[in-house]
Amino acid sequence: MKKVRNLEHGADSIVTVRRGQINPLYTLIGAVVLSVLLTWAPWILPAADVSILQNFFILVIMATMWNLLAGYAGMVSIGQQGFIGLGAYAVLYFAIKGLNPFVAIPLAIIVCAIIAVPVTFLLLRLRGGYFSIATWVVANTAMLLILSFTLLGGGTGAALPGLVNLSPNQLNHDRYLSTWFVALIVVVATYVLLRSRLGLVLSSVRDNEVASRSSGTKVTSTRRMIFIVAAAGCGAAGAVLAISQPFIQPGNEFSLSWTAEMLFVSMIGGLGTIEGPILGSIIFFALQQWLQNWGAWYLIIFGAVAVSIALWQPRGLWGIVRDKFHFELLPVGYRVNGAAVDPPSMKGDRPAWRSRFARKKVAPESAST
Amino acid sequence: MIWVNTVIEGVLVGSFYALFACGLSLMFGVMKIINLAHGDMAVVAGYTAIFLVPKFHVAPVWSFVVVVPLFALVGYIVQRTLLQKAIDRDPFTTLLVTFGLSVIIENLLLEIYTANGQSIDIGILISKSWQVSSTLTISYFSLVVLAVAVAVLLSLQLFLSHTGTGRQIRAVSDDREAAQLCGTNYRHIFGIASAIAFATVALAGIAYGISTEFFPSSGGGNLLFAFEAVVIGGIGSLWGTLIGGVLLGVSQQLGAHFSPAYQVLGGNIFFLAVLAVRPQGLFGKRTEM
Repeated sequence: MKKVRNLEHGADSIVTVRRGQINPLYTLIGAVVLSVLLTWAPWILPAADVSILQNFFILVIMATMWNLLAGYAGMVSIGQQGFIGLGAYAVLYFAIKGLNPFVAIPLAIIVCAIIAVPVTFLLLRLRGGYFSIATWVVANTAMLLILSFTLLGGGTGAALPGLVNLSPNQLNHDRYLSTWFVALIVVVATYVLLRSRLGLVLSSVRDNEVASRSSGTKVTSTRRMIFIVAAAGCGAAGAVLAISQPFIQPGNEFSLSWTAEMLFVSMIGGLGTIEGPILGSIIFFALQQWLQNWGAWYLIIFGAVAVSIALWQPRGLWGIVRDKFHFELLPVGYRVNGAAVDPPSMKGDRPAWRSRFARKKVAPESAST
Repeated sequence: MIWVNTVIEGVLVGSFYALFACGLSLMFGVMKIINLAHGDMAVVAGYTAIFLVPKFHVAPVWSFVVVVPLFALVGYIVQRTLLQKAIDRDPFTTLLVTFGLSVIIENLLLEIYTANGQSIDIGILISKSWQVSSTLTISYFSLVVLAVAVAVLLSLQLFLSHTGTGRQIRAVSDDREAAQLCGTNYRHIFGIASAIAFATVALAGIAYGISTEFFPSSGGGNLLFAFEAVVIGGIGSLWGTLIGGVLLGVSQQLGAHFSPAYQVLGGNIFFLAVLAVRPQGLFGKRTEM
């Protein structure tokens, strides 16, 4: 928390600038308690629930990465399934070469990050919709290349070796724990990333690219960095997906439905917030469980809700919570508190705390963008 | 001789891609949006031709007489209601909305008509072909598609350059606000552009349904080919789209020449190469990006 003297309104009025109104210590304690409970889950929950929780975490990883791409860096990628597939197949490749599949997870993440580097040089030449479909072309190309390797099972797919010597119970625990830890790392890393200088640059580019460029931010290299991080994260999701399935198939790992799910989840939860994709994932799983005997209807309903939210409530459900109650669990921006500031800035299209430059300026009215 | 065959095959397939892509190109040119549900609209047109048109006692060959005007109407309505709402927000929203629509349409088709393949049966006409030489036969139907693609692009070009509405479309495409000030209702013009785009994609969808079996999930692959044709040819250039489609078709046939598995891969690699060397496309202007 930082106190800034309000020059306009004299010495008496003090504006405070801080991240959130909840004490960070409470947030930290809550996060630690929740983490301990979730680590403990396979010993206290029935196996079916653990498996649902595991799929939930895979979706949380994907949605968090998609949110980072689209919600923070403005890149609508519909080709993230390419990196999911590459992550899964990297695990398969290392496992075939004799490595423990669990050890192969970090290697798969690195492979995806490395592959993403040349891809960014092609894709970042395109903007908007053209970028979107080009990511899809890249994902499609990656799948076709994987298909042509007979070692990796071609079109029929292959079983993941290296898991047979574990007992079913042990296997379930290991699968769950690795998925949960990857999800935890991804969410925490995204949170730290967005609170860093890079997060500041991202917000400024998102709010006004021209102004941001003229202030000296390196927009393309920031986008490149985010794309690589998101590729690594989706590779991680693919890697844990690979170990959670008995069989790895191109049609499944490279399926566009992954991208559909991550897009809908982060849109419904709220783009541009850390909490949104997690909230969206919870809703998605609730809906999926509820409509599980109704085939693809859950995706149709979820898609329709996502489209309506994009049209009428673009900041998503968490956005509603944040706007109504001025409440954030994991704040990445800064808020300016002070009587002189609140009324005008709260009514605008962009609330004050989205402008993280507020910290730099002294006069309170500069907080509203 | 085998190369001649490959190139001729490529040209015939490519003209179909161009027919598919011209709606995409038009919508981008006028509204600056990419309709990610474009491919799915073609699939819906195919399903309409199979399941709705027989109710009007129209022969499958003539199904386009019903489907194309119907889709033009649907295009106008979708644009004026849903897409306009998204455009009013920002380009980002149009991507989310059209992608959402694409997923919804695909899964609705899956739920209603199952995952089984469908095709439009035009009887003996599809199998008639022209024996050019001992190794080369060209089916009449693919020649018809080539003719239709050229005719559609030509009439679109003439429409845009020589009619009042075409002039308004170009004006709105250049500067929406200035056109509005001169008395053009740009929302109505958007609706018309969208109606044309939907009509052409319906035509492409019917051609696709006649020539091959299609599934609820076929839309995505077609969107990719259409998009590749647009980018290779150059964004915003209608004739570029035709040439882009042809080049894509030829590169796919070349890929297939090495191994049938490399057909799509050949097209993708050519597309990525164009993107690397000349991102504005062969006939595009740099500023259109």
